[in-house]
Amino acid sequence: MTMSSSTTSISARKTIGAVFRREFAGYFRTPLAYVFLAVFNAFAISLAFFVGYIYEAGVANLDRFFLYHPWLWAFLAPAAGARLWAEEHRQGTIELLLTWPVTVWQTALGKFLAGWAFLACALLITTPIAFTIGYLGDPDVGVIISGYIGSLLCAGACLGIATIASALTRSQVIAFVVGFLACFILVIVGYGVFDELLAGILSPSAIEEVRRLGLWRNLEPFTLGLIDLRPCAYFLTLSFAGLGLSTLIIERR
Amino acid sequence: MALIEAQNLRKSYGSIQAVRGISFQVDRGEVVGFLGPNGAGKSTTMKLLTGHLLPDSGSAKVGGFDVTESPVAAKAHLGYSPEGAPAYGEMTVREFLQFAAELRGLPKPSVKVQNTLSLCRLTEVAQQTIETLSKGYRMRVGFAQAVIHDPEVLILDEPTDGLDPNQKFEVRRLLKEMAARKAVIVSTHILEEIEELCTRVIIIAQGEVRCDESKEKFLQRGSDLNQIFRQLTA
Repeated sequence: MTMSSSTTSISARKTIGAVFRREFAGYFRTPLAYVFLAVFNAFAISLAFFVGYIYEAGVANLDRFFLYHPWLWAFLAPAAGARLWAEEHRQGTIELLLTWPVTVWQTALGKFLAGWAFLACALLITTPIAFTIGYLGDPDVGVIISGYIGSLLCAGACLGIATIASALTRSQVIAFVVGFLACFILVIVGYGVFDELLAGILSPSAIEEVRRLGLWRNLEPFTLGLIDLRPCAYFLTLSFAGLGLSTLIIERR
Repeated sequence: MALIEAQNLRKSYGSIQAVRGISFQVDRGEVVGFLGPNGAGKSTTMKLLTGHLLPDSGSAKVGGFDVTESPVAAKAHLGYSPEGAPAYGEMTVREFLQFAAELRGLPKPSVKVQNTLSLCRLTEVAQQTIETLSKGYRMRVGFAQAVIHDPEVLILDEPTDGLDPNQKFEVRRLLKEMAARKAVIVSTHILEEIEELCTRVIIIAQGEVRCDESKEKFLQRGSDLNQIFRQLTA
């Protein structure tokens, strides 16, 4: 390779940027994006109020708002991530990406960041609930911010899983269903759903470790204002694993 | 130095051997017509040359770079339009070409886009989304993304497939305009295209090269091209 490493990294950044812009703009080319944002917002707020009784609880924090975010992301991150690779396969444009002078991981990173940014937009438009709580009471702003950071990391983890599903198929529907199921398992693991099943095989401490793999178990500390290494590592590991595996899947096809 | 070099390329899909040891070289100024029945291994060979597929054994070089070992450098020298000229249907022609130019890391991408639009007679549809275009225009968009960086090597998989005679004429004209400076491979089912377009013929059947000779020599085989084709690919 004759290119120096610095020109390589500049062109890598340009490539990732170009893919990011295309994918991010791609979300807003169809009305589906606005439907998505509306659905996310409606569910996030109504779950907090009508299922979590955030208002009746009379406490000025967003615990009961973030409580449902693993469910929301498990459903909506695969919805947003399904198109990222499946659409390339369906349109045949994957063949262009694989024969243009770019590496798959650059493309994968651009796509992942675009999807994540889109999910961040969905999260951003829920912020009025934070202001409402601020108006009604005197919440700890730091705790709310850390809750949002946790939720965003959780979204990235679900999106990572969704991109694997998307890389495996040319059908967005299949990509969505597979991605949702995988995320769904990570949601319910945290509630001890598999405890009885695992009781015969694993020790109680090992079962507790399995429970810790649940999304909520890792999001919870953030909603209490704690930004710990372990949950951060958990979410980022899932994101990078998704990125790495989808890159491998595309390269090996 | 040959701009395209295939050396004993082999590729299997499961138990089916799609390409069984194909070798050839293409120099600057040559336009090679790639012929063969459906399923003969034409597209697979092209995919091996362009780095879309990796060979089981053998090697492919583009512009002197090994496609497996230095894929990015090899692909920078290559323009490729896959079968059916896939493109992002929801993008406008200009956006799509801009994206292609940016991903290729070309300097002054908008200037390149403008030049390519006029070269490929696409200026009047530049603001249209690709999914709304007729097949003739879509094929030209596929051609445009393949030549936007003025590559030394051009590989086109059935660029005139499904076009009406006028559109075919247009694509051939574009190709002839730039062929002298490049090494070109064009796959086709239209035997007359050899006479019009190519300087050399490679016929592939059952994953092997059955015939590799200059156009003149090929045409001396007889007056009925269809019969020659049937004999060679039987």
